[in-house]
Amino acid sequence: MPQTLFQKVWDRHAVRQLPNGQTQLYIGLHLIHEVTSPQAFDELAHRGWRVAAPERTFATIDHIVPTLSQQRPFADGMAETMTSALERNCREHGIPLFDLATGAQGIVHVIGPELGLTQPGMTICCGDSHTSTHGAFGAIAFGIGTSQVRDVLASQSLAVSPFKVRRIDVTGRLAPGVFAKDVILTIIGRLGVHGGAGYAYEYGGDAIERMSMDERMTICNMSIEGGARLGYVNPDQRTFDYVQGRRFAPAGDAFDRACDWWRQMASDPGAVYDDRVVIEGPSIAPTVTWGINPGQSVAVDGRLPEAREAGSTADEALAFMGFDAGQPIAGVKIDVAFVGSCTNGRLSDLREAARVIRGHRVAPHVRALVVPGSQAVRIAAEREGLHEVFADAGFEWRSAGCSMCLAMNPDRLNGREVCASSSNRNFKGRQGSPTGRTLLMSPAMVAAAAIAGEVVDVRTWGRLS
Amino acid sequence: MSGSAVTRITGRAIAIEGHDIDTDRIMPARFLKAITFEGLEAHLFEDDRIEAAGRGLVHPFDDTSRAGARVLIVGRNFGCGSSREHAPQAIARWGIRAIVGESFAEIFFGNALMLGLPCVMVDGETRAALAAVSADDPSIEIAVDLEARSVTTGDRSVPITISEPARHALMSGAWDATALLLADYDTVRRTAGRLPYIGGFKDL
Ligand code: SF4
Repeated sequence: MPQTLFQKVWDRHAVRQLPNGQTQLYIGLHLIHEVTSPQAFDELAHRGWRVAAPERTFATIDHIVPTLSQQRPFADGMAETMTSALERNCREHGIPLFDLATGAQGIVHVIGPELGLTQPGMTICCGDSHTSTHGAFGAIAFGIGTSQVRDVLASQSLAVSPFKVRRIDVTGRLAPGVFAKDVILTIIGRLGVHGGAGYAYEYGGDAIERMSMDERMTICNMSIEGGARLGYVNPDQRTFDYVQGRRFAPAGDAFDRACDWWRQMASDPGAVYDDRVVIEGPSIAPTVTWGINPGQSVAVDGRLPEAREAGSTADEALAFMGFDAGQPIAGVKIDVAFVGSCTNGRLSDLREAARVIRGHRVAPHVRALVVPGSQAVRIAAEREGLHEVFADAGFEWRSAGCSMCLAMNPDRLNGREVCASSSNRNFKGRQGSPTGRTLLMSPAMVAAAAIAGEVVDVRTWGRLS
Repeated sequence: MSGSAVTRITGRAIAIEGHDIDTDRIMPARFLKAITFEGLEAHLFEDDRIEAAGRGLVHPFDDTSRAGARVLIVGRNFGCGSSREHAPQAIARWGIRAIVGESFAEIFFGNALMLGLPCVMVDGETRAALAAVSADDPSIEIAVDLEARSVTTGDRSVPITISEPARHALMSGAWDATALLLADYDTVRRTAGRLPYIGGFKDL
């Protein structure tokens, strides 16, 4: 019987059925970072357990790293404490740590694929909800909490219930100026922020198949914003080409055998899905969020919805953002522009942003920064001279980390500042100021907004016009 | 080791209005700068509480008549967003023993389960009715009964929904799964051994 990738990978990783009906699922790759792991290691020590498979566990620091001076000890004492704790835990348990000195440090969801750790057909977990990013390679990858990090450390497995699978086809060709970010914001807007509960999203169709791995990662990354704990794209030649030659990828004959197995993992033609959705690619416009969750978005040439009933999330969002029902989103003044994050902090994202700003200056009232997703992205971008394009335009060029995506380091909004951001969450307070306001959009749209000083349509503005 | 059985929770209620309450609101990221979960409860909904105070309102978690409440009433998609366990940790450390809502984000639900904190679902009407009853009289007791699959106030009892594996785990005290996962490690090893990537796709 034809099967989905989800079923095949799940079945191969199922250890046994637990008494309560859940599956004990083997985890092939466990990624850890400084924020959600220290309590898990403490519990392990407390119970006298060791890490079961340190060779399948990899660590980095990303959430709290400063992106200006990275001199140790960090100026922020707590950042230093958390980093030291991770270093100690990795040392004690023999877990490889990609720290600042390795040249391979970065946001955990950027470095996994970069290093070739992320491969098709795997199960991948991390104490971070955007673990869904790795699904771009045809892996079952999902975020877990700290108690589950403890479980994976101790047993290299998890107690989980299976997901249903929703196939989302994005048909046709995307219009110029429309990017993966616009596609996923449109999907979330259509299906809702809770629409994916209980589902794995399988993304396919012409538009997805034509996408680069970077773009597929952007799509899978935000599955969780649509309520789906995981999202994936079936592996194809583009996936294999990306993985080949990377540090942890199989090489030589082993790579050919790997490709054979990876190909077998892809969903079979005729596989049955629990639900299907079709989105017409050509109808997607550059998309911008106007509210306090990623489902509250509108085409850049559109208007905010008319007011809903009092007490609704839309109502609360309008009040928080200080916007009027029915107003256009274009023309909203911004104070800060942020290019970065695990959604859009890869080399291709930086290239798109640089393409838009080349030869322009950031508007005088705008503070703009670019934070590469990893040290490798930063190095590659500098090799192409992108750092100079950004600096010439008035963007700050920073070191790699999560930065203003969640503002656990010094990069943050002040007061009610409005930020055009290439990140993934526009929740109240997300960017470090309880009253700060976030507008999510593609890196190209962020770049255009930085120059114009307000939300503009990248299709009709500047160099893409 | 596993936890103690959770079958019935009785206590006074505290309600949070609104839907899609994300974990950044439940526990703002700046309080994640710590290497333990201790003391997190002091910062529960901190930014929302400050905002409410700024508008001359009293946030439920600042309302002294709600101190000691054990049942939290919430709307749809509660706990969406980040996987931070700090959110349910803070809620549990504050003293909440059960959450009654219209729906929950999946990672939050799972994280709460790992702490033995049941998240049970009711329809919107029931949620509103429970919140209203408790608003009228903060001393009223609500009982969440996993065995009977019901939530009861006074003489009114309505059904709740909770996934069967979660209910089973809570009622049997097996919600702390680590020991269970370690019980048969040989099978874990055998499962890994069958996966070609574990051996680096070596020729067999
Ligand atoms: S970039 Fe943002 S969303 Fe991604 S892992 Fe870091 S904090 Fe989380």
